[in-house]
Amino acid sequence: MTQLAVREAASVRQEEVQRRGRGLGWMSLGLGVAQLAAPDTVRRISGVDDSPTSRAVVPLVGVRELVHAAGLLTSRRKGIWVWTRVVGDAMDLTSLGMALAHRGGPRRRRLVGVTGAVLGITVLDLLTAVQATRAKQIGSGPAVRGARRGGAMELTATTTVRKPASEVYAFWRDLGNLPTFMAHLQEVRATGGRTSHWSASAPFGTNVEWDAEIIDEAAGEKIAWRSTGNADVPNAGTVRFVPAPDGVSTEVQVLLTYDIPGGPVGKAVAKYFGEEPHQQLDDDLRRLKQVLETGEVVRSDGAPWGKRARKEFPQRPAQPLSASDLAKGADA
Amino acid sequence: MRANTWAGRNKVKVRDVPDPKILNKRDAIVRITSTAICGSDLHLIDGYVPTMQDGDVIGHEFMGEVIEVGAGVPADKLRVGDRVVVPFPIACGACGACAAELYSCCENSNPNAGIAEKMFGHPVAGIFGYSHLTGGFAGGQAQYARVPFADVGPLKIESDLTDEQVLFLSDILPTGYMGADLCDIQPTDVVAVWGAGPVGQFAMDSARVLGAAKVIAIDKEPYRLQMAERAGYTTINFEEVDVRSRLLELTGGRGPDKCIDAVGQEATHGSAHVHAYDRAKQAVRLETERPHALRQAILSCRSGGIVSVIGVYGGFLDKFPSGAWMNRALTLRTGQCHVQRYMKPLLQRIERGEIDPTRVITHTLPLDEAERGFDIFKNKQDHCEKVVLKP
Repeated sequence: MTQLAVREAASVRQEEVQRRGRGLGWMSLGLGVAQLAAPDTVRRISGVDDSPTSRAVVPLVGVRELVHAAGLLTSRRKGIWVWTRVVGDAMDLTSLGMALAHRGGPRRRRLVGVTGAVLGITVLDLLTAVQATRAKQIGSGPAVRGARRGGAMELTATTTVRKPASEVYAFWRDLGNLPTFMAHLQEVRATGGRTSHWSASAPFGTNVEWDAEIIDEAAGEKIAWRSTGNADVPNAGTVRFVPAPDGVSTEVQVLLTYDIPGGPVGKAVAKYFGEEPHQQLDDDLRRLKQVLETGEVVRSDGAPWGKRARKEFPQRPAQPLSASDLAKGADA
Repeated sequence: MRANTWAGRNKVKVRDVPDPKILNKRDAIVRITSTAICGSDLHLIDGYVPTMQDGDVIGHEFMGEVIEVGAGVPADKLRVGDRVVVPFPIACGACGACAAELYSCCENSNPNAGIAEKMFGHPVAGIFGYSHLTGGFAGGQAQYARVPFADVGPLKIESDLTDEQVLFLSDILPTGYMGADLCDIQPTDVVAVWGAGPVGQFAMDSARVLGAAKVIAIDKEPYRLQMAERAGYTTINFEEVDVRSRLLELTGGRGPDKCIDAVGQEATHGSAHVHAYDRAKQAVRLETERPHALRQAILSCRSGGIVSVIGVYGGFLDKFPSGAWMNRALTLRTGQCHVQRYMKPLLQRIERGEIDPTRVITHTLPLDEAERGFDIFKNKQDHCEKVVLKP
């Protein structure tokens, strides 16, 4: 599966988990209200109406159900809240088991029925909780903060360029063009039909280099690539060129994944990307648009260094550059 | 060269700065012959536009002679020696916004688009001398200026019209005109204009040439209202009468059909209490605007009318009369002026004598006296309406 397909599948699963979590939330709400509003009816149906302890326990369980409901209905983090239901189920099953041991006749029959129902619900809760936890692991590319411990960092960005898809594709496919708009790249050199050699600036003024190969492409539509060999930071990317509804423009959709190693290298990489790596990719695509639509990266007196302007602030004042300033930035 | 720069809140300073140089292939360098102080420069000086830095060259209304062009400017578009008026929004001419003639929303001309996007949701075009939010471009209150996308923006002046006749094509004349243009003016329309500053005056002139039946000017400065009266417009002094009542009297109880807010974020209010309320919230940054003119325009406009906003707003405002706006079917239209769209037709109107832009000029000063110019303009001393600076 391509990374995009993985993401799409993960997001479908996330939706399913959210939906099921909400359903369980409503169930908790109904149960909690019933246990608080009509505790005696609940006790009779459950076959524990003979026990004075149950008079105190049933409303308490009702309060607990309302807590589950509040969590499940208001939070996006369904996983944790479904796990609280699983814990609740275990408590209920324990109480029911204890009650069963001391009863016979019609009360026992009612207790067996209720215990069966709770067992069924427990299975459903457990299933949902496990899925919610898994969907989270697959679905969310950990942000850079998480990446300090190592892991995959996934960046997406999109822009619309007022040029036909064939032209935008051709510009990108000529990989040597990438450094004109991608801030961190110094050079990309084709080494074969599908293979290339990349170099990028890295923290502490060092350079990292790696080889890459195109693993999938469709002229005018899509290019997918990944690093090969022993890259310091294994990475992959997919770019799609989709005709925009206006009939003249192209939507450029980019997905980059970096397999950030743990330890000091990972830390340095995370620091290099900064707190807002998405912002950087957005800016890269803004420059791609400038280059394709206007011919080059636009410069101002406040931000004269084109793609080398890594941080937007503080800028130099909006005042013409001196000859020496200009000479300093000439290689930018 | 000498240039007027931002030096902190309420402070401008004319200083020596390096001469501008070509940075992009489609740049031109213009030797400035006339430039002006704009009402929106006051928002910079008063500290209501974020991302200003000490030393920023300000000014976005200028014209002059092309002295250098970059390699990417085709000779049939612009040559050394051409006399040009430069529009204040910088526009590439090639993106989706430019293709739709929404030049002030150009998607490529702002190198700081990321900042503008955070503030406004989507980026806006670069503007000369108007904060780093709009690109950090050095402005035109200077002896020279670098003009990006010189093959798209600058308007060549080939007739013998004076600088004073064409200078305001750079901003305030098209801005006032767009205010009226957004109103879809019909021959039966009464058009009320809040603000009788230079942009308001040109909005009134534009409403007239677009065929409005009656034009009403609203302000508090008697000399500005007199200027409107001399041009043939009805006037309301909001410090003397209740604006809404007076507008009802003047329109048979209907309210003006079209309303233009040519004031923006630093309005004053006839009632000291209301003014104090918004001034206080603005001072502690609970809102960035004092939107009295806009509120009054919405409440006054006839049902189904259009409220057009060309006064500058920068952030967030309180007590927006959404009930009046929604229930009375009002249309709200606005935008920083798409100057490039209006320059040529307006030049023709000036040539035909339909609009005389020179009528708003009250002061002409050398560039080195920019500080004094700002002072008298901001404090409305000496009946100041518009200051032209000569580098």
